[in-house]
Amino acid sequence: MTSLPTAIERSLGLVIDLDTCVGCHACVVNCKEWNTGGYGAPLGDLDPYGDEPVGSWLNRIHTFEVTPEDAPASIVHFPKSCLHCSDAPCVTVCPTGASYKRSEDGIVLVDESMCIGCGLCAWACPYGAREMDPVENVMKKCTLCVDRIYNDNLPEEDRTPACVRTCPAGARHFGDFSDPESNVSKLVEDRGGFDLMPEMGTAPVNKYLPPRPKQATESCGASEAKPDETANATGFLGWLDRALERLG
Amino acid sequence: MHPAISVIFFTVTSGAGFGLIAMIGVGAPMSQGPLAAFLISLLAGGLAVAGLISSTFHLGHPERAWRAFSQWRSSWLSREGVLAVATLFLFGVYVLFWLFAGNRPLWLGVLIAFLAIVTVVATAMIYTQLRTVPHWNSILTPLVYVGFAIACGYVAAAALNPETNSSDRATIAGMACLVLIVAWALKMSWWHRAGRTSLAAVGSTPETATGLGAIGRVRLLESPHSGENYLTREMVHVIGRKHAAKLRAIALTTGFAAPLLISLAVAISGGPLAWLGVAFVCLIAGLFVERWLFFAEARHAVSLYYGR
Ligand code: SF4
Ligand code: SF4
Repeated sequence: MTSLPTAIERSLGLVIDLDTCVGCHACVVNCKEWNTGGYGAPLGDLDPYGDEPVGSWLNRIHTFEVTPEDAPASIVHFPKSCLHCSDAPCVTVCPTGASYKRSEDGIVLVDESMCIGCGLCAWACPYGAREMDPVENVMKKCTLCVDRIYNDNLPEEDRTPACVRTCPAGARHFGDFSDPESNVSKLVEDRGGFDLMPEMGTAPVNKYLPPRPKQATESCGASEAKPDETANATGFLGWLDRALERLG
Repeated sequence: MHPAISVIFFTVTSGAGFGLIAMIGVGAPMSQGPLAAFLISLLAGGLAVAGLISSTFHLGHPERAWRAFSQWRSSWLSREGVLAVATLFLFGVYVLFWLFAGNRPLWLGVLIAFLAIVTVVATAMIYTQLRTVPHWNSILTPLVYVGFAIACGYVAAAALNPETNSSDRATIAGMACLVLIVAWALKMSWWHRAGRTSLAAVGSTPETATGLGAIGRVRLLESPHSGENYLTREMVHVIGRKHAAKLRAIALTTGFAAPLLISLAVAISGGPLAWLGVAFVCLIAGLFVERWLFFAEARHAVSLYYGR
Protein backbone atom coordinates (compact mmCIF):
# COMPACT_ATOMS: atom_id res chain seq x y z
CA MET A 1 0.00 0.00 0.00
CA THR A 2 1.50 3.32 -0.96
CA SER A 3 -0.50 5.29 1.55
CA LEU A 4 1.74 6.20 4.46
CA PRO A 5 1.12 4.34 7.73
CA THR A 6 -0.90 6.33 10.25
CA ALA A 7 1.30 5.37 13.19
CA ILE A 8 4.94 4.29 13.41
CA GLU A 9 5.98 2.12 16.34
CA ARG A 10 9.70 2.83 16.10
CA SER A 11 11.55 5.29 13.93
CA LEU A 12 14.86 3.73 12.91
CA GLY A 13 17.42 5.80 11.10
CA LEU A 14 20.90 7.28 10.96
CA VAL A 15 22.72 10.24 12.38
CA ILE A 16 25.55 11.38 10.12
CA ASP A 17 28.27 13.46 11.69
CA LEU A 18 29.63 15.98 9.18
CA ASP A 19 32.32 16.90 11.68
CA THR A 20 33.98 13.51 11.72
CA CYS A 21 33.36 12.19 8.20
CA VAL A 22 36.70 12.10 6.42
CA GLY A 23 35.23 11.31 3.00
CA CYS A 24 36.96 7.94 2.66
CA HIS A 25 33.99 6.27 0.86
CA ALA A 26 34.34 3.12 3.00
CA CYS A 27 30.60 3.19 3.79
CA VAL A 28 29.83 3.52 0.08
CA VAL A 29 31.89 0.47 -0.76
CA ASN A 30 30.64 -1.64 2.12
CA CYS A 31 27.05 -0.64 1.30
CA LYS A 32 27.48 -1.79 -2.28
CA GLU A 33 29.23 -4.96 -1.15
CA TRP A 34 26.53 -5.94 1.34
CA ASN A 35 23.54 -4.91 -0.71
CA THR A 36 24.67 -6.51 -3.92
CA GLY A 37 24.24 -9.85 -2.19
CA GLY A 38 21.49 -8.93 0.27
CA TYR A 39 17.92 -7.71 -0.04
CA GLY A 40 16.52 -7.86 -3.57
CA ALA A 41 18.35 -7.93 -6.87
CA PRO A 42 22.12 -7.29 -6.99
CA LEU A 43 23.21 -3.66 -7.36
CA GLY A 44 24.04 -3.65 -11.03
CA ASP A 45 26.79 -1.91 -12.97
CA LEU A 46 27.11 -1.27 -16.68
CA ASP A 47 30.52 -1.02 -18.30
CA PRO A 48 32.22 -1.29 -14.90
CA TYR A 49 35.78 -1.32 -16.27
CA GLY A 50 35.09 0.74 -19.38
CA ASP A 51 35.10 4.41 -20.26
CA GLU A 52 31.66 5.26 -18.95
CA PRO A 53 30.79 3.10 -15.97
CA VAL A 54 27.37 3.60 -14.40
CA GLY A 55 25.83 1.63 -11.60
CA SER A 56 23.34 1.83 -8.79
CA TRP A 57 24.59 2.85 -5.38
CA LEU A 58 22.52 3.40 -2.27
CA ASN A 59 24.93 5.74 -0.58
CA ARG A 60 27.18 8.37 -2.13
CA ILE A 61 29.61 10.92 -0.71
CA HIS A 62 29.59 14.46 -2.04
CA THR A 63 32.24 16.97 -1.00
CA PHE A 64 31.28 20.59 -0.47
CA GLU A 65 33.23 23.75 0.11
CA VAL A 66 31.69 26.05 2.72
CA THR A 67 32.85 29.65 2.79
CA PRO A 68 31.96 31.72 5.85
CA GLU A 69 31.73 35.52 5.54
CA ASP A 70 34.85 36.19 7.58
CA ALA A 71 36.99 33.08 7.45
CA PRO A 72 38.66 30.82 4.90
CA ALA A 73 36.65 28.11 3.19
CA SER A 74 36.46 24.68 4.75
CA ILE A 75 35.73 21.28 3.25
CA VAL A 76 32.78 19.15 4.34
CA HIS A 77 32.40 15.56 3.22
CA PHE A 78 28.75 14.79 2.87
CA PRO A 79 27.43 11.21 2.83
CA LYS A 80 23.91 10.88 1.47
CA SER A 81 21.53 7.95 1.43
CA CYS A 82 17.77 7.55 1.95
CA LEU A 83 16.59 9.56 4.96
CA HIS A 84 13.56 7.28 5.54
CA CYS A 85 11.29 10.34 5.59
CA SER A 86 8.22 10.40 7.84
CA ASP A 87 6.27 12.09 5.09
CA ALA A 88 7.87 10.24 2.22
CA PRO A 89 6.68 11.60 -1.15
CA CYS A 90 8.41 8.71 -2.93
CA VAL A 91 5.93 6.31 -1.32
CA THR A 92 2.68 8.10 -2.07
CA VAL A 93 3.46 8.66 -5.77
CA CYS A 94 4.15 4.97 -6.42
CA PRO A 95 1.37 3.57 -8.63
CA THR A 96 1.95 -0.09 -7.89
CA GLY A 97 2.32 -0.42 -4.14
CA ALA A 98 5.96 -1.44 -4.61
CA SER A 99 7.15 1.44 -2.42
CA TYR A 100 6.04 1.41 1.17
CA LYS A 101 6.92 2.64 4.61
CA ARG A 102 6.83 0.04 7.38
CA SER A 103 4.69 0.87 10.39
CA GLU A 104 6.83 -1.23 12.77
CA ASP A 105 10.12 0.60 12.27
CA GLY A 106 9.53 3.35 9.70
CA ILE A 107 11.90 1.84 7.11
CA VAL A 108 11.04 2.82 3.52
CA LEU A 109 11.38 -0.17 1.20
CA VAL A 110 10.72 -1.21 -2.39
CA ASP A 111 9.17 -4.58 -3.15
CA GLU A 112 11.15 -5.17 -6.32
CA SER A 113 8.86 -7.87 -7.66
CA MET A 114 6.06 -5.28 -7.88
CA CYS A 115 8.10 -2.35 -9.19
CA ILE A 116 7.37 -1.44 -12.82
CA GLY A 117 10.41 0.81 -13.03
CA CYS A 118 8.48 3.98 -13.81
CA GLY A 119 10.97 6.11 -11.91
CA LEU A 120 8.36 8.46 -10.50
CA CYS A 121 9.51 7.85 -6.91
CA ALA A 122 13.02 8.98 -7.83
CA TRP A 123 11.51 12.18 -9.25
CA ALA A 124 9.56 12.71 -6.02
CA CYS A 125 12.60 12.36 -3.75
CA PRO A 126 14.39 15.70 -3.27
CA TYR A 127 17.58 14.02 -2.06
CA GLY A 128 18.47 11.75 -4.95
CA ALA A 129 18.22 8.73 -2.69
CA ARG A 130 16.67 6.37 -5.24
CA GLU A 131 18.42 4.98 -8.28
CA MET A 132 17.06 2.73 -11.00
CA ASP A 133 19.13 -0.41 -11.31
CA PRO A 134 20.63 -0.39 -14.82
CA VAL A 135 20.54 -4.18 -15.09
CA GLU A 136 17.35 -5.24 -13.29
CA ASN A 137 15.35 -2.07 -14.17
CA VAL A 138 13.81 -1.86 -10.72
CA MET A 139 14.13 0.93 -8.20
CA LYS A 140 16.92 0.56 -5.64
CA LYS A 141 17.26 2.42 -2.40
CA CYS A 142 18.77 2.14 1.08
CA THR A 143 16.99 -0.55 3.10
CA LEU A 144 18.67 0.50 6.35
CA CYS A 145 20.15 -2.98 6.01
CA VAL A 146 16.88 -4.53 7.04
CA ASP A 147 18.55 -7.89 6.40
CA ARG A 148 21.30 -7.18 8.96
CA ILE A 149 19.66 -5.30 11.80
CA TYR A 150 17.25 -8.14 12.68
CA ASN A 151 19.55 -10.95 11.56
CA ASP A 152 20.11 -13.47 14.38
CA ASN A 153 22.71 -15.29 12.29
CA LEU A 154 25.08 -12.34 12.61
CA PRO A 155 27.10 -11.59 15.74
CA GLU A 156 25.44 -8.92 17.85
CA GLU A 157 27.89 -6.16 16.84
CA ASP A 158 27.15 -6.73 13.15
CA ARG A 159 23.40 -6.16 13.53
CA THR A 160 23.71 -2.59 12.37
CA PRO A 161 23.69 -1.12 8.85
CA ALA A 162 26.79 -1.94 6.80
CA CYS A 163 27.75 1.73 6.46
CA VAL A 164 27.62 2.28 10.21
CA ARG A 165 29.54 -0.91 10.92
CA THR A 166 32.35 -0.02 8.55
CA CYS A 167 32.85 3.71 9.11
CA PRO A 168 36.43 4.06 10.43
CA ALA A 169 35.76 7.56 11.76
CA GLY A 170 32.59 6.73 13.67
CA ALA A 171 30.71 9.33 11.66
CA ARG A 172 27.56 7.24 11.27
CA HIS A 173 25.20 6.24 14.06
CA PHE A 174 22.18 3.97 13.91
CA GLY A 175 19.27 3.98 16.34
CA ASP A 176 15.64 4.62 17.20
CA PHE A 177 14.57 8.25 16.99
CA SER A 178 11.22 7.57 18.64
CA ASP A 179 13.05 6.90 21.90
CA PRO A 180 14.27 10.22 23.40
CA GLU A 181 16.91 8.31 25.41
CA SER A 182 18.47 6.53 22.41
CA ASN A 183 22.03 7.25 21.26
CA VAL A 184 20.78 8.95 18.11
CA SER A 185 18.21 11.14 19.87
CA LYS A 186 20.85 12.28 22.35
CA LEU A 187 23.37 13.06 19.61
CA VAL A 188 20.79 15.16 17.78
CA GLU A 189 19.93 16.94 21.01
CA ASP A 190 23.55 17.60 22.08
CA ARG A 191 25.01 18.54 18.73
CA GLY A 192 22.08 20.36 17.12
CA GLY A 193 21.20 17.74 14.49
CA PHE A 194 19.28 19.11 11.52
CA ASP A 195 17.11 18.08 8.56
CA LEU A 196 18.10 18.39 4.90
CA MET A 197 15.81 20.63 2.83
CA PRO A 198 13.10 20.98 5.49
CA GLU A 199 11.20 23.20 3.03
CA MET A 200 10.34 20.11 0.97
CA GLY A 201 8.04 18.92 3.76
CA THR A 202 9.42 15.38 3.79
CA ALA A 203 10.18 15.31 7.53
CA PRO A 204 13.31 13.14 7.20
CA VAL A 205 14.10 10.69 10.00
CA ASN A 206 17.89 10.74 9.38
CA LYS A 207 19.62 13.73 10.88
CA TYR A 208 22.94 15.45 10.16
CA LEU A 209 25.29 16.90 12.77
CA PRO A 210 27.02 20.16 11.80
CA PRO A 211 30.82 20.47 11.63
CA ARG A 212 32.16 21.90 14.91
CA PRO A 213 33.30 25.54 14.69
CA LYS A 214 36.85 25.87 13.37
CA GLN A 215 39.60 27.52 15.46
CA ALA A 216 40.17 31.19 14.74
CA THR A 217 42.78 31.32 12.00
CA GLU A 218 45.02 34.15 13.40
CA SER A 219 46.43 31.86 16.04
CA CYS A 220 47.83 29.42 13.51
CA GLY A 221 49.04 31.81 10.82
CA ALA A 222 52.69 31.71 12.02
CA SER A 223 54.23 29.47 9.43
CA GLU A 224 56.50 31.96 7.63
CA ALA A 225 60.23 31.34 8.11
CA LYS A 226 61.93 33.66 10.57
CA PRO A 227 65.53 33.77 9.30
CA ASP A 228 66.91 36.03 12.01
CA GLU A 229 66.04 33.81 14.93
CA THR A 230 69.42 32.05 14.77
CA ALA A 231 71.51 35.24 14.45
CA ASN A 232 72.53 35.42 18.13
CA ALA A 233 73.03 31.70 18.68
CA THR A 234 76.21 30.95 20.60
CA GLY A 235 78.32 27.93 21.56
CA PHE A 236 78.15 24.64 19.67
CA LEU A 237 74.76 25.38 18.09
CA GLY A 238 76.02 28.79 16.99
CA TRP A 239 79.07 27.19 15.37
CA LEU A 240 76.86 24.51 13.70
CA ASP A 241 74.54 27.20 12.39
CA ARG A 242 77.38 29.18 10.85
CA ALA A 243 79.08 26.05 9.46
CA LEU A 244 75.90 24.83 7.78
CA GLU A 245 75.21 28.32 6.51
CA ARG A 246 78.61 28.35 4.78
CA LEU A 247 77.83 25.05 3.06
CA GLY A 248 75.10 26.96 1.21
CA MET B 1 14.58 16.72 -16.27
CA HIS B 2 15.41 14.25 -19.00
CA PRO B 3 12.95 14.70 -21.88
CA ALA B 4 12.15 11.07 -22.70
CA ILE B 5 10.57 10.73 -26.15
CA SER B 6 8.09 8.12 -24.92
CA VAL B 7 6.76 10.43 -22.23
CA ILE B 8 6.57 13.45 -24.54
CA PHE B 9 4.67 11.36 -27.10
CA PHE B 10 2.43 10.01 -24.34
CA THR B 11 1.39 13.36 -22.89
CA VAL B 12 0.85 15.08 -26.26
CA THR B 13 -0.90 12.24 -28.06
CA SER B 14 -3.11 10.98 -25.29
CA GLY B 15 -4.00 14.59 -24.42
CA ALA B 16 -5.12 15.14 -28.02
CA GLY B 17 -6.96 11.81 -28.11
CA PHE B 18 -8.88 12.48 -24.90
CA GLY B 19 -9.60 16.03 -26.11
CA LEU B 20 -11.16 14.65 -29.29
CA ILE B 21 -13.07 12.01 -27.32
CA ALA B 22 -14.45 14.81 -25.14
CA MET B 23 -15.56 16.79 -28.21
CA ILE B 24 -17.26 13.74 -29.74
CA GLY B 25 -18.89 13.09 -26.38
CA VAL B 26 -20.44 16.55 -26.10
CA GLY B 27 -21.92 16.03 -29.56
CA ALA B 28 -19.60 17.76 -32.03
CA PRO B 29 -21.23 17.23 -35.48
CA MET B 30 -19.58 14.43 -37.44
CA SER B 31 -20.16 12.80 -40.80
CA GLN B 32 -23.03 10.28 -40.94
CA GLY B 33 -22.71 6.57 -41.53
CA PRO B 34 -20.96 3.66 -39.87
CA LEU B 35 -17.74 3.98 -41.86
CA ALA B 36 -17.21 7.59 -40.80
CA ALA B 37 -18.15 6.65 -37.22
CA PHE B 38 -15.61 3.85 -37.28
CA LEU B 39 -12.79 5.95 -38.70
CA ILE B 40 -13.42 8.91 -36.41
CA SER B 41 -13.56 6.69 -33.32
CA LEU B 42 -10.43 4.95 -34.48
CA LEU B 43 -8.64 8.29 -34.73
CA ALA B 44 -9.75 9.51 -31.29
CA GLY B 45 -9.32 6.22 -29.48
CA GLY B 46 -6.14 5.49 -31.43
CA LEU B 47 -4.47 8.72 -30.36
CA ALA B 48 -5.35 8.08 -26.72
CA VAL B 49 -4.28 4.43 -26.82
CA ALA B 50 -1.07 5.15 -28.76
CA GLY B 51 -0.14 7.63 -26.06
CA LEU B 52 -0.84 5.16 -23.29
CA ILE B 53 1.12 2.39 -25.01
CA SER B 54 4.02 4.74 -25.59
CA SER B 55 4.08 5.57 -21.88
CA THR B 56 4.79 1.91 -21.11
CA PHE B 57 7.98 2.08 -23.23
CA HIS B 58 9.34 4.28 -20.51
CA LEU B 59 8.93 1.54 -17.91
CA GLY B 60 11.65 -0.79 -16.72
CA HIS B 61 9.11 -3.61 -16.50
CA PRO B 62 6.20 -2.97 -18.93
CA GLU B 63 4.94 -6.53 -18.39
CA ARG B 64 3.95 -5.51 -14.87
CA ALA B 65 2.15 -2.33 -15.97
CA TRP B 66 -1.19 -3.75 -14.82
CA ARG B 67 -0.01 -3.32 -11.25
CA ALA B 68 -0.20 0.43 -11.74
CA PHE B 69 -4.00 0.28 -11.49
CA SER B 70 -3.89 -0.67 -7.83
CA GLN B 71 -2.87 2.46 -5.91
CA TRP B 72 -5.50 4.96 -7.07
CA ARG B 73 -6.15 5.98 -3.47
CA SER B 74 -2.76 7.65 -3.13
CA SER B 75 -1.03 7.86 -6.51
CA TRP B 76 -1.85 10.21 -9.42
CA LEU B 77 -0.06 7.94 -11.86
CA SER B 78 -2.34 5.11 -10.79
CA ARG B 79 -5.43 7.34 -11.00
CA GLU B 80 -4.40 8.38 -14.49
CA GLY B 81 -4.26 4.74 -15.55
CA VAL B 82 -7.61 3.86 -14.01
CA LEU B 83 -9.34 6.96 -15.45
CA ALA B 84 -7.86 6.40 -18.91
CA VAL B 85 -9.04 2.82 -19.05
CA ALA B 86 -12.50 3.71 -17.68
CA THR B 87 -12.88 6.51 -20.23
CA LEU B 88 -11.77 4.31 -23.11
CA PHE B 89 -14.07 1.50 -22.02
CA LEU B 90 -17.11 3.79 -21.94
CA PHE B 91 -16.03 5.33 -25.24
CA GLY B 92 -15.98 1.81 -26.67
CA VAL B 93 -19.60 1.32 -25.55
CA TYR B 94 -20.50 4.71 -27.05
CA VAL B 95 -18.89 3.73 -30.35
CA LEU B 96 -20.95 0.52 -30.44
CA PHE B 97 -24.13 2.60 -30.11
CA TRP B 98 -22.87 4.92 -32.84
CA LEU B 99 -21.90 2.09 -35.19
CA PHE B 100 -24.85 -0.20 -34.78
CA ALA B 101 -27.74 2.00 -33.64
CA GLY B 102 -26.58 5.04 -35.60
CA ASN B 103 -27.17 7.38 -32.67
CA ARG B 104 -24.87 9.02 -30.16
CA PRO B 105 -26.39 8.97 -26.65
CA LEU B 106 -25.74 12.42 -25.21
CA TRP B 107 -25.89 11.41 -21.53
CA LEU B 108 -23.16 8.82 -22.07
CA GLY B 109 -21.18 11.23 -24.22
CA VAL B 110 -21.21 13.95 -21.57
CA LEU B 111 -20.07 11.46 -18.93
CA ILE B 112 -17.24 10.34 -21.25
CA ALA B 113 -16.26 13.95 -21.95
CA PHE B 114 -16.10 14.63 -18.22
CA LEU B 115 -13.97 11.54 -17.58
CA ALA B 116 -11.70 12.36 -20.52
CA ILE B 117 -10.94 15.80 -19.09
CA VAL B 118 -10.40 14.38 -15.61
CA THR B 119 -7.96 11.89 -17.15
CA VAL B 120 -5.98 14.75 -18.65
CA VAL B 121 -6.00 16.50 -15.26
CA ALA B 122 -4.66 13.30 -13.69
CA THR B 123 -1.87 13.13 -16.29
CA ALA B 124 -0.91 16.70 -15.43
CA MET B 125 -1.09 15.96 -11.70
CA ILE B 126 1.67 13.34 -12.06
CA TYR B 127 3.98 16.31 -12.67
CA THR B 128 2.12 18.99 -10.72
CA GLN B 129 2.36 17.07 -7.45
CA LEU B 130 6.18 17.07 -7.42
CA ARG B 131 7.47 19.70 -5.02
CA THR B 132 10.94 18.72 -6.17
CA VAL B 133 10.33 20.40 -9.55
CA PRO B 134 9.13 23.98 -8.90
CA HIS B 135 8.33 24.66 -12.59
CA TRP B 136 5.67 21.95 -12.54
CA ASN B 137 4.37 22.43 -9.03
CA SER B 138 1.55 24.82 -9.94
CA ILE B 139 -2.18 24.82 -10.66
CA LEU B 140 -1.23 26.24 -14.07
CA THR B 141 0.18 22.86 -15.13
CA PRO B 142 -3.20 21.04 -15.21
CA LEU B 143 -4.78 24.14 -16.77
CA VAL B 144 -2.24 24.06 -19.60
CA TYR B 145 -2.68 20.32 -20.13
CA VAL B 146 -6.47 20.66 -20.25
CA GLY B 147 -6.21 23.77 -22.43
CA PHE B 148 -4.13 21.95 -25.02
CA ALA B 149 -6.26 18.80 -24.86
CA ILE B 150 -9.37 20.87 -25.59
CA ALA B 151 -7.57 22.86 -28.30
CA CYS B 152 -6.38 19.66 -30.02
CA GLY B 153 -9.81 18.08 -29.61
CA TYR B 154 -11.68 21.12 -30.90
CA VAL B 155 -9.46 21.68 -33.93
CA ALA B 156 -9.60 17.98 -34.85
CA ALA B 157 -13.37 17.84 -34.38
CA ALA B 158 -13.78 21.00 -36.47
CA ALA B 159 -11.67 19.47 -39.24
CA LEU B 160 -14.02 16.46 -39.28
CA ASN B 161 -17.17 18.61 -39.23
CA PRO B 162 -19.19 18.06 -42.45
CA GLU B 163 -20.83 21.51 -42.27
CA THR B 164 -21.71 22.87 -45.74
CA ASN B 165 -22.99 26.33 -44.89
CA SER B 166 -20.04 28.68 -45.28
CA SER B 167 -21.10 31.17 -42.58
CA ASP B 168 -21.42 28.32 -40.08
CA ARG B 169 -18.01 27.10 -41.17
CA ALA B 170 -16.64 30.57 -40.52
CA THR B 171 -18.09 30.51 -36.99
CA ILE B 172 -16.60 27.10 -36.29
CA ALA B 173 -13.17 28.18 -37.53
CA GLY B 174 -13.47 31.41 -35.56
CA MET B 175 -14.09 29.37 -32.42
CA ALA B 176 -10.95 27.37 -33.24
CA CYS B 177 -8.97 30.63 -33.19
CA LEU B 178 -10.41 31.45 -29.79
CA VAL B 179 -9.62 28.02 -28.34
CA LEU B 180 -6.05 28.23 -29.64
CA ILE B 181 -5.59 31.69 -28.16
CA VAL B 182 -6.89 30.60 -24.74
CA ALA B 183 -4.71 27.47 -24.66
CA TRP B 184 -1.52 29.33 -25.61
CA ALA B 185 -2.34 32.22 -23.28
CA LEU B 186 -2.39 29.68 -20.46
CA LYS B 187 0.96 28.35 -21.65
CA MET B 188 2.40 31.88 -21.81
CA SER B 189 1.41 32.49 -18.20
CA TRP B 190 2.90 29.10 -17.31
CA TRP B 191 6.17 30.16 -18.97
CA HIS B 192 5.98 33.51 -17.23
CA ARG B 193 5.59 31.83 -13.84
CA ALA B 194 8.30 29.28 -14.64
CA GLY B 195 10.69 32.14 -15.41
CA ARG B 196 10.22 33.43 -11.88
CA THR B 197 10.07 30.06 -10.14
CA SER B 198 13.60 28.81 -9.64
CA LEU B 199 14.56 26.38 -6.90
CA ALA B 200 15.94 29.34 -4.95
CA ALA B 201 12.60 31.13 -5.30
CA VAL B 202 10.85 28.29 -3.49
CA GLY B 203 13.55 28.32 -0.81
CA SER B 204 15.84 25.47 -1.89
CA THR B 205 19.54 26.23 -2.29
CA PRO B 206 22.79 24.31 -1.86
CA GLU B 207 22.73 25.79 1.66
CA THR B 208 19.37 24.20 2.61
CA ALA B 209 20.22 21.00 0.72
CA THR B 210 23.31 20.46 2.86
CA GLY B 211 22.04 22.27 5.97
CA LEU B 212 25.39 24.11 6.05
CA GLY B 213 23.96 27.56 5.30
CA ALA B 214 24.48 28.66 8.90
CA ILE B 215 28.24 28.39 8.35
CA GLY B 216 28.55 30.03 4.98
CA ARG B 217 28.07 29.77 1.26
CA VAL B 218 28.05 26.22 -0.07
CA ARG B 219 29.56 25.04 -3.35
CA LEU B 220 30.10 21.53 -4.68
CA LEU B 221 33.79 20.71 -4.66
CA GLU B 222 33.77 17.08 -5.71
CA SER B 223 30.86 15.02 -6.92
CA PRO B 224 30.52 11.48 -5.60
CA HIS B 225 31.98 9.93 -8.74
CA SER B 226 33.73 11.09 -11.88
CA GLY B 227 31.05 9.99 -14.35
CA GLU B 228 27.33 10.31 -14.78
CA ASN B 229 24.77 8.30 -12.86
CA TYR B 230 21.04 7.61 -13.05
CA LEU B 231 20.28 10.76 -11.09
CA THR B 232 22.33 13.10 -13.23
CA ARG B 233 21.02 11.57 -16.45
CA GLU B 234 17.40 11.56 -15.37
CA MET B 235 17.16 14.72 -13.32
CA VAL B 236 20.12 16.97 -13.94
CA HIS B 237 19.58 17.59 -17.65
CA VAL B 238 21.26 20.81 -18.70
CA ILE B 239 21.30 20.75 -22.51
CA GLY B 240 17.67 21.80 -22.81
CA ARG B 241 18.10 25.08 -21.00
CA LYS B 242 20.69 26.30 -23.47
CA HIS B 243 18.42 26.65 -26.50
CA ALA B 244 15.21 27.31 -24.59
CA ALA B 245 14.42 30.69 -26.15
CA LYS B 246 14.83 29.42 -29.72
CA LEU B 247 12.77 26.32 -29.03
CA ARG B 248 9.99 28.40 -27.50
CA ALA B 249 9.90 30.48 -30.66
CA ILE B 250 9.70 27.29 -32.74
CA ALA B 251 6.89 25.92 -30.54
CA LEU B 252 4.95 29.17 -30.84
CA THR B 253 5.38 29.43 -34.61
CA THR B 254 4.46 25.83 -35.36
CA GLY B 255 1.93 25.22 -32.61
CA PHE B 256 0.27 28.62 -32.35
CA ALA B 257 0.90 31.01 -35.27
CA ALA B 258 0.49 28.39 -38.03
CA PRO B 259 -2.80 26.83 -36.84
CA LEU B 260 -4.12 30.26 -35.88
CA LEU B 261 -3.49 31.68 -39.37
CA ILE B 262 -5.08 28.65 -41.03
CA SER B 263 -8.14 28.87 -38.77
CA LEU B 264 -8.34 32.61 -39.35
CA ALA B 265 -8.22 32.14 -43.12
CA VAL B 266 -11.09 29.64 -42.94
CA ALA B 267 -12.99 31.93 -40.56
CA ILE B 268 -12.71 34.84 -42.98
CA SER B 269 -13.27 32.93 -46.19
CA GLY B 270 -15.76 30.35 -44.93
CA GLY B 271 -13.67 27.80 -46.85
CA PRO B 272 -13.57 24.06 -46.27
CA LEU B 273 -13.07 23.01 -42.66
CA ALA B 274 -10.77 20.20 -43.77
CA TRP B 275 -8.02 22.82 -43.75
CA LEU B 276 -8.21 22.63 -39.99
CA GLY B 277 -6.71 19.15 -40.35
CA VAL B 278 -3.51 20.90 -41.37
CA ALA B 279 -3.89 23.23 -38.38
CA PHE B 280 -4.23 20.15 -36.15
CA VAL B 281 -1.01 18.62 -37.48
CA CYS B 282 0.85 21.92 -36.93
CA LEU B 283 -0.56 22.19 -33.42
CA ILE B 284 0.59 18.68 -32.53
CA ALA B 285 4.05 19.36 -33.97
CA GLY B 286 4.33 22.54 -31.92
CA LEU B 287 3.19 20.70 -28.82
CA PHE B 288 5.98 18.14 -29.20
CA VAL B 289 8.47 21.00 -28.93
CA GLU B 290 6.50 22.60 -26.08
CA ARG B 291 6.45 19.30 -24.18
CA TRP B 292 10.12 18.67 -24.82
CA LEU B 293 10.81 22.02 -23.15
CA PHE B 294 8.38 21.21 -20.32
CA PHE B 295 10.80 18.45 -19.30
CA ALA B 296 14.13 19.77 -20.49
CA GLU B 297 13.82 23.18 -18.84
CA ALA B 298 12.58 21.88 -15.49
CA ARG B 299 15.15 21.84 -12.68
CA HIS B 300 14.95 19.17 -10.01
CA ALA B 301 16.00 19.75 -6.40
CA VAL B 302 18.62 17.00 -6.63
CA SER B 303 20.62 19.20 -9.01
CA LEU B 304 21.58 21.21 -5.90
CA TYR B 305 23.67 18.25 -4.75
CA TYR B 306 25.42 18.08 -8.10
CA GLY B 307 26.25 21.76 -8.41
CA ARG B 308 24.49 22.24 -11.76
S1 SF4 C 1 15.03 10.24 1.28
FE1 SF4 C 1 13.94 10.14 -0.67
S2 SF4 C 1 13.71 7.93 -1.03
FE2 SF4 C 1 14.18 8.16 1.14
S3 SF4 C 1 12.18 8.29 2.16
FE3 SF4 C 1 12.84 10.41 1.78
S4 SF4 C 1 11.89 10.91 -0.18
FE4 SF4 C 1 11.84 8.67 -0.01
S1 SF4 D 1 9.77 2.94 -9.95
FE1 SF4 D 1 8.84 1.20 -8.86
S2 SF4 D 1 8.86 1.81 -6.71
FE2 SF4 D 1 9.19 3.67 -7.92
S3 SF4 D 1 7.15 4.58 -8.22
FE3 SF4 D 1 7.54 3.28 -10.01
S4 SF4 D 1 6.67 1.28 -9.46
FE4 SF4 D 1 6.85 2.43 -7.53
